[in-house]
Amino acid sequence: MNDLKPIAAALPRKGEKLVKGRYGSMMPVTPANGFTLIAKVKPGSAPTIRAYGQKIEDTIRESPDALAVLRLHYLRWVLFDNDTRFMYIGIFDTDFDKYVEDAVMLFKATGITTIFEQLEGFPADWRDNPAAFAEFCRVHQAPSFMEYAQYPDISAIEVVKAVTMKRALAEALDQLQ
Amino acid sequence: MLDLDDIQHFLLSRPHALAARYEFLSFASPEAGRAWLAGILDTVGNARAVTDAADSDTRWVTVAFTWNGLRALGVDESALATFPAEFREGMAARAEVLGDVGNNHPDHWDAGLAGPDLHAIVILFASDAAARDRSAAKHAAFVSTCHGARVLSSLDLESLPPIEYSHDHFGYRDKLSQPALEGPDAIKPGEFILGYPDEDGNGPNLPQPEVLSRNGSYLAYRRLQEHVGAFRDFLAQNGRTAEEQEMVAAKLMGRWRSGAPLALAPEKDDPELGADPHRNNAFNYKDADPKGYAVPLGAHIRRMNLRDTGAHMNRRRMIRRGTTYGRPLPAGAADDGVDRGIASFFGCASLVRQFEFTQNVWVNDPKFQELENERDPIIGTQDGTFDMTIPKRPVRKKFKGLPAFTTVKGGAYFFLPGIRALRYLSAGERPAVSEPRSGESNGART
Repeated sequence: MNDLKPIAAALPRKGEKLVKGRYGSMMPVTPANGFTLIAKVKPGSAPTIRAYGQKIEDTIRESPDALAVLRLHYLRWVLFDNDTRFMYIGIFDTDFDKYVEDAVMLFKATGITTIFEQLEGFPADWRDNPAAFAEFCRVHQAPSFMEYAQYPDISAIEVVKAVTMKRALAEALDQLQ
Repeated sequence: MLDLDDIQHFLLSRPHALAARYEFLSFASPEAGRAWLAGILDTVGNARAVTDAADSDTRWVTVAFTWNGLRALGVDESALATFPAEFREGMAARAEVLGDVGNNHPDHWDAGLAGPDLHAIVILFASDAAARDRSAAKHAAFVSTCHGARVLSSLDLESLPPIEYSHDHFGYRDKLSQPALEGPDAIKPGEFILGYPDEDGNGPNLPQPEVLSRNGSYLAYRRLQEHVGAFRDFLAQNGRTAEEQEMVAAKLMGRWRSGAPLALAPEKDDPELGADPHRNNAFNYKDADPKGYAVPLGAHIRRMNLRDTGAHMNRRRMIRRGTTYGRPLPAGAADDGVDRGIASFFGCASLVRQFEFTQNVWVNDPKFQELENERDPIIGTQDGTFDMTIPKRPVRKKFKGLPAFTTVKGGAYFFLPGIRALRYLSAGERPAVSEPRSGESNGART
């Protein structure tokens, strides 16, 4: 059981062994676990990508649990270098390898794959080929050289559970007054 | 819609067989393999014939090949390369992915199953053990006439008494939850058989050539030794009365040994419910038991099928076949060290998405469902360091340091070809590589 103290790690860790996942080498779990995907954007497609900001906002307002299966803490989507490059920062709780198929199905359902299709090098057969999707992510991952976590190894689900419990307990105590 | 004349019967229907023999084969040359296959081809059952056959007719055989086996039969390298990566590597090479570590590691497997010489399996079905032995003798005689074909190992299987219902050496009623291919809960056939639409669309690209892969399936074979003494000891240590011990057994599995699901019978066993196929599988978790007070989150059946608490569950199902081997341990007897257990096949259209995901994420990930340090209590790789939480009011119970009730003693990835594919293999032809698009009929073919 971890002691809830912040952790920082210089990466990659020395002597770290790459574990084999279902679709190839898994990315090791790190303090701010997840992706920094950086890819070139197909010329002229930045507006299509940018329009997804509002689309995702609307999707989550309507269905707050739409992205739950990805086990995310945070997402940041950035267009930079004069709209020629796209950065996808996601901090999530699980090895991406475990949920590639769920992610692909989810992206299809929410239309997020349209964003990926605007990126150069994105596999044409992504619909039926989760392995190719996983490979694209691996190839375009810009690994961190340092990550910090205020509360390491606590999943988003646990955070919500803990806050919910705390609130319920506080209410119960208040009612005892 | 399904081409029942071409699909082998194995995943779709069952001959009324209470015994079987698995023969694991190796071929020194394509000629040897083809000669053997040509000789048994007429006895390979297709789904239509086996479904229509009388209960007494159990002469069917089932044939499947490893990737090395397809090569051994002369399939060329360019075609072999079109098969999925995990099938090409074979189950033994995927040990880390599957969690087959420690005592479950392929280094400890029996009977040549982990090696590259394993080319084929033939399953001889029989009405009883005596018929099985006759069938095995006949097959052995036939193999000796196929110069270059040899049997690497065999396994004798038979249903355990009482034979009225299928159960394993631990006493659990078995084979209660199978994916439905028809009816309101039907799952698209492409989840299990190549060449048909699946739950996501048209299904994956067919390996080449299409005549070889269409109407085929992948089989993940697992041979699990069951440590009956250790299991009974655990029940005795954790339950003071027979009733308490049955409850312990139920919490590990998610069903009472009678088959009654805890979800519908959370406090007391209900053998009538367990025996009723119309009721014993009609339950869900999200509303009735979200926290696992009836069915612990880490119980075996809840890991194998999350039902309405999991995403895209229809993409994670498998058709299960197989039965017990080894003579039963009498009640009350100390473990005699006899090799006994259960040999199972998991049929699916994608080993990585269906079988490997289940093993990697649901069976052997200690953090499954936010549990801390827990693996599947029945089939997970247990080394005495993993726990199991039993939610209970007012205070939950925790089994600390579960012993291993099972050990993986063998396994392999097989491809189960259609009948036309088997004829293609036995004839050693080389047709042109066709369009890779699946799910669409190419019209009539020979």
